[in-house]
Amino acid sequence: MSSNSFPYNEQSGGGEATELGQEATSTISPSGAFGLFSSDLKKNEDLKQMLESNKDSAKLDAMKRIVGMIAKGKNASELFPAVVKNVASKNIEIKKLVYVYLVRYAEEQQDLALLSISTFQRALKDPNQLIRASALRVLSSIRVPIIVPIMMLAIKEASADLSPYVRKNAAHAIQKLYSLDPEQKEMLIEVIEKLLKDKSTLVAGSVVMAFEEVCPDRIDLIHKNYRKLCNLLVDVEEWGQVVIIHMLTRYARTQFVSPWKEGDELEDNGKNFYESDDDQKEKTDKKKKPYTMDPDHRLLIRNTKPLLQSRNAAVVMAVAQLYWHISPKSEAGIISKSLVRLLRSNREVQYIVLQNIATMSIQRKGMFEPYLKSFYVRSTDPTMIKTLKLEILTNLANEANISTLLREFQTYVKSQDKQFAAATIQTIGRCATNILEVTDTCLNGLVCLLSNRDEIVVAESVVVIKKLLQMQPAQHGEIIKHMAKLLDSITVPVARASILWLIGENCERVPKIAPDVLRKMAKSFTSEDDLVKLQILNLGAKLYLTNSKQTKLLTQYILNLGKYDQNYDIRDRTRFIRQLIVPNVKSGALSKYAKKIFLAQKPAPLLESPFKDRDHFQLGTLSHTLNIKATGYLELSNWPEVAPDPSVRNVEVIELAKEWTPAGKAKQENSAKKFYSESEEEEDSSDSSSDSESESGSESGEQGESGEEGDSNEDSSEDSSSEQDSESGRESGLENKRTAKRNSKAKGKSDSEDGEKENEKSKTSDSSNDESSSIEDSSSDSESESEPESESESRRVTKEKEKKTKQDRTPLTKDVSLLDLDDFNPVSTPVALPTPALSPSLMADLEGLHLSTSSSVISGLI
Amino acid sequence: MIHSLFLINSSGDIFLEKHWKSVVSRSVCDYFFEAQERATEAENVPPVIPTPHHYLLSVYRHKIFFVAVIQTEVPPLFVIEFLHRVVDTFQDYFGVCSEPVIKDNVVVVYEVLEEMLDNGFPLATESNILKELIKPPTILRTVVNTITGSTNVGDQLPTGQLSVVPWRRTGVKYTNNEAYFDVIEEIDAIIDKSGSTITAEIQGVIDACVKLTGMPDLTLSFMNPRLLDDVSFHPCVRFKRWESERILSFIPPDGNFRLLSYHMLSWDVGKINPQKLPSLKGTMSLQAGASKPDENPTINLQFKIQQLAISGLKVNRLDMYGEKYKPFKGIKYMTKAGKFQVRT
Repeated sequence: MSSNSFPYNEQSGGGEATELGQEATSTISPSGAFGLFSSDLKKNEDLKQMLESNKDSAKLDAMKRIVGMIAKGKNASELFPAVVKNVASKNIEIKKLVYVYLVRYAEEQQDLALLSISTFQRALKDPNQLIRASALRVLSSIRVPIIVPIMMLAIKEASADLSPYVRKNAAHAIQKLYSLDPEQKEMLIEVIEKLLKDKSTLVAGSVVMAFEEVCPDRIDLIHKNYRKLCNLLVDVEEWGQVVIIHMLTRYARTQFVSPWKEGDELEDNGKNFYESDDDQKEKTDKKKKPYTMDPDHRLLIRNTKPLLQSRNAAVVMAVAQLYWHISPKSEAGIISKSLVRLLRSNREVQYIVLQNIATMSIQRKGMFEPYLKSFYVRSTDPTMIKTLKLEILTNLANEANISTLLREFQTYVKSQDKQFAAATIQTIGRCATNILEVTDTCLNGLVCLLSNRDEIVVAESVVVIKKLLQMQPAQHGEIIKHMAKLLDSITVPVARASILWLIGENCERVPKIAPDVLRKMAKSFTSEDDLVKLQILNLGAKLYLTNSKQTKLLTQYILNLGKYDQNYDIRDRTRFIRQLIVPNVKSGALSKYAKKIFLAQKPAPLLESPFKDRDHFQLGTLSHTLNIKATGYLELSNWPEVAPDPSVRNVEVIELAKEWTPAGKAKQENSAKKFYSESEEEEDSSDSSSDSESESGSESGEQGESGEEGDSNEDSSEDSSSEQDSESGRESGLENKRTAKRNSKAKGKSDSEDGEKENEKSKTSDSSNDESSSIEDSSSDSESESEPESESESRRVTKEKEKKTKQDRTPLTKDVSLLDLDDFNPVSTPVALPTPALSPSLMADLEGLHLSTSSSVISGLI
Repeated sequence: MIHSLFLINSSGDIFLEKHWKSVVSRSVCDYFFEAQERATEAENVPPVIPTPHHYLLSVYRHKIFFVAVIQTEVPPLFVIEFLHRVVDTFQDYFGVCSEPVIKDNVVVVYEVLEEMLDNGFPLATESNILKELIKPPTILRTVVNTITGSTNVGDQLPTGQLSVVPWRRTGVKYTNNEAYFDVIEEIDAIIDKSGSTITAEIQGVIDACVKLTGMPDLTLSFMNPRLLDDVSFHPCVRFKRWESERILSFIPPDGNFRLLSYHMLSWDVGKINPQKLPSLKGTMSLQAGASKPDENPTINLQFKIQQLAISGLKVNRLDMYGEKYKPFKGIKYMTKAGKFQVRT
């Protein structure tokens, strides 16, 4: 079929025309481009023809194959013109797949992509919030610079949308536009500022994400929203929680003074990373005033605590780092249990969590000591997990638990995983240096390991013993003798080198053995590894200086061998040593000091944790994991010496009242979701306002106040579902319904006066806030009640209103009540007034409304 | 946040790629392959790999590497947790998560991934919501789709996403209303050579399969809630109710989900008759021809005890509010060996 239809299309374009008509799109026929491509490339011919087909099933098949190509990373860009025509398809799946395609290739085919824009622009005005949201999502994902102004406009409108879901998508779109055109920053910050005020839990996470990406330095935008964010946090979706908690951690470090007492720092293993001496003095001065924690600081710490029980590891980690960085040190202990719980999770989660615990355990052993056994290594752990656990065990080791730990380490040394066994030996070395009581025990244990069957174990032990002996200049002749014997058997270069170095350093303590070792080494010099050769040279030099009688000839022999070695490092070293130790005419003053130079007291190597000081990176971040500052990492600032004005976070009552009065209420402010977990609580005043309505039902029946909370919860969602049904069912009827609602809502306002009084009795919280919320409550209440009767009345009105609603549906001001008035006034005068009998309350309502018309008009103009 | 996702099989082929922002060339995976070579074993590939311009964060499950490409600072657990959620979702959709299954269902996979992230930030990760948006394939539906030409994409819009209980889809209807709860406990233990216990702890979960019509509001109470000290919850559980009354109160998601998990350090064995000490015996035999292992190996044990929660945790009752029908309720207990190791 396709083979016939195609040439026909190309010749006459008739098929194209019919199809266009059928599709009712505004796309320009791309047949020219199409023909050009098809003559060049035949391979996707069938796909193109399927896309041109009249049948949805053929189109769908084609789109599925194309998506398959994209998934495999094959280039499907040449199909762009054929695909883009289907952007307005009535079939949802085709449409979705076209969106997938569009977002993938629009950047490469900018001109053609423009053809799809009008479809999205239309969808942005769709009465269904989900369609508006998805249109915005795709429109903002098309990375075509020319549509930046369109995107900007769409974002602005969407940010004032009634639906929190659309506003959420607007927040996402902000970041997309910012990355497409950073010039828009200032305008976008305005939108962010507006969305930060949003009280919906749906929006909160997304807008904070946008904030972090666009303007993380504008901490001033957070002040007024700080308390709200803290209070909303529990009910935000988990991903949003992570982002908000990280942001609030940074915020807290700029706005509050340190809750850490001087005494804490002792426990901190002298960690004074952030404070210079001057700071400390000031701190002591200040300490005369007793520290009281800012209530806002406390609020954050308190409200994040329940999230330690989240199932999401990222949330738990986010709270843990918040406690680590901003809570008093006495309170940080509660995070350990939750972090330890995460260790049951997947290896990747374990890896990150263990890294963070490693950093914490260096500074505050006490936090994880009770969980010591949770870090015991299992034979099934991957090596990277094993080594991290070892690291933590080392950090936690102290006089009390070291014997238990050493017994545990003995098992590890026997592990089949040799890399891990070697790491354990290193660990034993570190424990030996950290805890003086066990140094000898450890050393003996390590010496025992020297007779282990496995060479890697022996070699690692040698290296560690070398370090230990260096730290303990006491007599260890026996051990050195033992090690000298090992030279006959052990082959690992680094171990051989370590032994030679040890003998050289202690050559005066083992006067008989040292020259003999040198003799053996002279014999095998040529076959040794470079590392070992260098140490043979060193040993020779040291012996030459201390015992030249026995070793002069041997050393000279070795120096001669070294002189002709293939490796230039060795040749260099040989030359250097010869000049230094063998006195001649040219050598001058330096050779006098040769002994001092070679046998100087060498500082012992510090066996330190690789996690030391890693906490100058905020915990839980990528930078911390990598120990490198990652792109886009935001520094955690030091605590301020003096707290900035805390009143910036006050949300003044007067201001609120102002905001409320002119319009009666700002719907958006009030439109926050009903919080699930809060539903049983009625403590907070802020809750009472947020209780007022559930956005899900905002287009439909509002939340009733009455009844048990659980019930009402359920009601609203049922309502919304039925609403959705009807929306998708008969889209055309929707406008009617919508207007009807508005009508009824406005009418309901007078009803609400009664309800309001009741509310005032029942609610005992903050008056202004409460008042506004109670209005909302009751109006929404009455809205659902009065719906049936008002429906019939409003039907009459709808036709006239319909046009107007369409235009004004998403006005610049986000105020719905204003909108209602706009709709209501001109029409209601002629139509609604003659029917006061139907609802006497309407009259009163209208009068009340008239007062505010002027302001609404003004703001409408603005 | 998350720029792109690459799915890589064990032989090093990239068999799926998805981009949420500008396309990142798949050559970025070369850095991953390098790390993979160095690591010798798959489970030792570092989960975070820095490259000059990107960072690769990966999880390894079902013999597939899920490699996320990111460009700027992000909490690594955020990405890792999300990737695991992706795998869980695939498993939920297709029963198994394997390369052939993903390849067979590439369109559904793509549609799901498209919904899960917007511009790299998680949008819909609840399986209830996703299933409302994109229906999981079933044999019946595949047949029906082929005949009628209908689709896997839900024609309903995801109302759940907008509701106050975003984890539950709306309009749920069942003819048989059932709620089953499985209390599963795993014992993690290390026993040393001499037979003494070095560590022993219990990891428990309560998995639920709830098929109830409408919007049921459930409460689950325990005989001995004090046992539960270290707990994590599904988001549906009301925190505050738990804190004040030690009762689990929740509107459940539809279908299978993990209600809570808990962790107990102590393992109270209770009274044991010293005359009849309980003992487990087993023999270990080496495969014929296999050489004797070097050192004494560690032995991993597996066992199952039905109808017992070793911690002693007991569910008291389950009540339903908000719906009028009488659901069928069931509870099962089981104890398993978790990471139970005996050192020899």
